[in-house]
Amino acid sequence: MARVSFTANLQRHVSCPPSEAPGATVREVLEALFAGNPRARGYVLDDQGGLRHHMLIFVDGVRLADRAALSDPVGERSEIHVMQALSGG
Amino acid sequence: MSDRILVASKKGLFTIRRGREQRWAIERADFLGDHISLAAGDPRSGALFAAFQHGHFGAKLHRSTDGGLSWQETAKPEYPEKPKDEVDNDPMRGTPIPWSVERVWDIVAGTPRTPGLLWLGTIPGGLFRSRDGGDSWELVRSLWDLPERKRWVGGGADLPGLHSICVDPRDDDHVFVGVSCGGVWETTDGAKSWTVRTRGMIARYMPPEMQGDEIVQDDHRLAMCAAHPETIWAQHHNGIFRTTDGGRQWEEIFGAQPSTFGFPVVVHPREPDTAWFVPAFKDEKRIPLDGRLVVNRTRDGGRSFEQLRKGLPQVHAYDLTYRHGLDIDESGDCLAFGTTTGSLYVSNDGGEQWQCVSEHLPPIDCVRFA
Repeated sequence: MARVSFTANLQRHVSCPPSEAPGATVREVLEALFAGNPRARGYVLDDQGGLRHHMLIFVDGVRLADRAALSDPVGERSEIHVMQALSGG
Repeated sequence: MSDRILVASKKGLFTIRRGREQRWAIERADFLGDHISLAAGDPRSGALFAAFQHGHFGAKLHRSTDGGLSWQETAKPEYPEKPKDEVDNDPMRGTPIPWSVERVWDIVAGTPRTPGLLWLGTIPGGLFRSRDGGDSWELVRSLWDLPERKRWVGGGADLPGLHSICVDPRDDDHVFVGVSCGGVWETTDGAKSWTVRTRGMIARYMPPEMQGDEIVQDDHRLAMCAAHPETIWAQHHNGIFRTTDGGRQWEEIFGAQPSTFGFPVVVHPREPDTAWFVPAFKDEKRIPLDGRLVVNRTRDGGRSFEQLRKGLPQVHAYDLTYRHGLDIDESGDCLAFGTTTGSLYVSNDGGEQWQCVSEHLPPIDCVRFA
């Protein structure tokens, strides 16, 4: 399963420890994870389920391409980092 | 007479309390480091609301049911899923309007007859309603789905913003909302339908043939007189306007010095001819004229204005007061305003004399008696 870790700054608002979740795309992995942590979803995704404007996601070191549908593929041992963009600071 | 003021700022929520000898002081600081865009109270339940404007994580709502001693994150307004075939583009740039709450821009309670009824305004312009004291919110589709809504544009922000909600104290079904830039809208049937009410407003920032267009008006802030709800004052991008017939006709009010430009306005709760403004010098500069901070007051419906300065800095003061930065309490005697320099001023006597509570708060977005 892919492993997801979140920006440390998010922990101040909602608990989001590094976690593993199944899925073949970023969307599938995150929704599986947020199913067990629904409050965290709104901190990362906007009302339409797209990645928030000032958030970034890296999959195995590569920046997420599809910010709206999150369709980027994820491998069995992928590392997904959900981070803040400096533009939002 | 209120004894508490909530101050929402770029770096936290501050509670100001009236103490001995009528002096106001900072009582507590909450959410330090977080951008609070708006704070409001529900006078019926005593609940307090704080709207977060996280730079990265978006808009959130927190609620306190113990007078501000503790807060819990509560339900936030959320747009429904945008239909895949929906064409909804910013008329200025052609870019899609996001169906997502960017900012909470006003929260207003209904009348005592409908406990639990709350209204909430947002950027990009959606109006939300709660019927359960903020446990849940629903987009008011009757306003969002208006064809005219797709002509709204941003004023002071990239997207349109619903900044003012005025509930008629006699009737919960009768509400006015103000949008930058989208005009003033009225419902008389509890938000089943809406009518634009901006006749008489003038948009001088538009080509001459479009200046009277009712949809593009940039009202910055609205203030309804509680005892005389037919009277509403508007601080507009192009000046001061007032209606005395419930929005059927707006009259431009001239003569306020040093400027009719500004963002906030409040009206006395019982005296419709008495209103206060915090002017800024011309729309492109937006700072006090000559570095002198002043509050304008009219007591005769705009025929004349007094410039109130006692206790306000008169040398090198570059404070700007945003549209939610000025408030008046239920008595009509106490006013408070907060500015971009982090300064907070309170008056106990209708603005004659101002006390400086602080000059070192973070930049202030909203001041509200609660």
